[in-house]
Amino acid sequence: MNITEKILAKASGKSRVQPGDIVDANVDVIMVHDLTGPLAIEAFKKIGVKKVWDNKKVVTILDHQIPAESVKMAELHKMLRKFAKEQNIRLYDVGEGGICHQVMPEKGYVSPGALIVGADSHTCTYGAFGAFATGIGSTEAAAVFATGKIWLKVPETIRFNVEGQFQKYVTPKDLILHIIGKVGVDGAIYKSAEFTGSTIRNMSIAGRMTVCNMAVEMGAKNGIVEPDDTTASFLKGRTTKAADYKWLKSDVDAKYEKTVDIDIEDLEPQVACPSSVDNVKPISKVGNVEVNQAFIGSCTNGRIEDLRIAAQIMKGKKVKQGVRALVIPASQEVYAQALKEGLVEVFTEAGALVCGATCGPCLGGHIGLLASGEVCISTSNRNFIGRMGSPEASVYLASPATVAASALTGKLTDPQEVEA
Amino acid sequence: MQVKGKVIKFGNNIDTDVILPGKWLSLIDPKDLAKHALEGLDASFPEKAQKGVIVVGGKNFGCGSSREQAPLALKYAGVECVLAESFARIFFRNSINIGLPVIECKGISAAVNDGDEVIVDFEAGKITNLTTNQSLQGTKLPPFIMEILTDGGLIENLRKRLNKK
Ligand code: SF4
Repeated sequence: MNITEKILAKASGKSRVQPGDIVDANVDVIMVHDLTGPLAIEAFKKIGVKKVWDNKKVVTILDHQIPAESVKMAELHKMLRKFAKEQNIRLYDVGEGGICHQVMPEKGYVSPGALIVGADSHTCTYGAFGAFATGIGSTEAAAVFATGKIWLKVPETIRFNVEGQFQKYVTPKDLILHIIGKVGVDGAIYKSAEFTGSTIRNMSIAGRMTVCNMAVEMGAKNGIVEPDDTTASFLKGRTTKAADYKWLKSDVDAKYEKTVDIDIEDLEPQVACPSSVDNVKPISKVGNVEVNQAFIGSCTNGRIEDLRIAAQIMKGKKVKQGVRALVIPASQEVYAQALKEGLVEVFTEAGALVCGATCGPCLGGHIGLLASGEVCISTSNRNFIGRMGSPEASVYLASPATVAASALTGKLTDPQEVEA
Repeated sequence: MQVKGKVIKFGNNIDTDVILPGKWLSLIDPKDLAKHALEGLDASFPEKAQKGVIVVGGKNFGCGSSREQAPLALKYAGVECVLAESFARIFFRNSINIGLPVIECKGISAAVNDGDEVIVDFEAGKITNLTTNQSLQGTKLPPFIMEILTDGGLIENLRKRLNKK
């Protein structure tokens, strides 16, 4: 069996599973946030069960629209706080958490081999830690609140085997954009995407999270990386469940639907052009694109490693007049670290606006929405029509290095061309 | 279980941001969500769907976010069911869970046009285009999913199952 099959078998009390099997799996952790939680609570109340099945396994994170940007949102936040209190479940409020997918591993809710569901499509991020993690909707979350179980179809798995070393300023974001460009936005629909190879083994947790985060952008059910010492050292002190990862290796005779080999030695920075995540081109082929806004943040690229590389490029330089540069650390922990390292100062002096941890412009909820005809270059994961504001705005997706370089020049720019 | 209705057809990769834009996610009442259904592509969709329609999509229908507000908006706008070449998996589950029937059917995009009248038999997975008299075989839904649909959604289904225990 491969790693995904092993986790699904364990979670459903079976010794073996194979693609196509439908299993009734026990859930280790469930997460809801401020946009999916309210509907889940409404649905939960209708089931007629008084208490969630296990209050220690339910996590609520306010992140999408914090601090509340409207009275409507404030009411929803109030409702979530009340529910969390009644049920005695942990809620990460304004100022203590940040974007759910960053907070979950930081606070120790993610561990290798766990089965995690979240009422958010990018829950697949936690595959970076060797967990099986997938997104569900609110009603299904309510059902999990009540029963602690979920039915899942064991997926076929595509293995992405990545070899080689990144060029300077080429990052895991460029790799995953390249992969999605190659296989298409429905290239892994209903499937598991397992990332292997020397590039992945040498990659930091932050990079693995970026890669697994975007697995859903090719339709995958989950993205996953075998856990190793890198995983264990990140989780040390955050969870006690990190030690037991040796069983989480895909067997040598594990079955894959196919293996896609990727060599990144010559990979240049990649850009997903409007309005589809698979409309990916190497930056040299994109042409001249002027930008109004440059956004560094989101659950894809708002980690300390991302801010470091952006700061390295922006240090001592100025954001181009007429460009709005927004930097949003993914969590309060990342924010604090960025302060300590002097990165907030670098951004501020360059003329970028650093905001508190939130999803912000990524989903066009609040902070930094786009007007018609405007262009944004963003480190987030979706460039759909209307995603970041007006349906007549355009969004280009790229790495933090590319976004930082573009903020300085006011047009899409290869970071390799900016003197650091 | 059967439904009959006129078709409104869309292309490939219809994402949840165009089905229900992010700025409306703070709306709780499904009837309010319905007013913005498919706003990203066609602002007049809710008006057209009012009397009941069948939405036909291409590949990867409902890709993107896990927002259940997307299928909810479609259902309350008047969509009786969605047929597509393939669905994004969260959208597929969400639709079933809120009681909006969805069927995967290869070749459906080519076989129907806007305005065609179509009849869908869920148990058999059979789709008949009454305008052209052509029939297609979609993927049958397994019995436990059919049961969720006939109960009206996952919550009703779960209530029933928990009461039995
Ligand atoms: S940062 Fe963007 S993609 Fe990530 S959880 Fe928030 S809204 Fe979703």
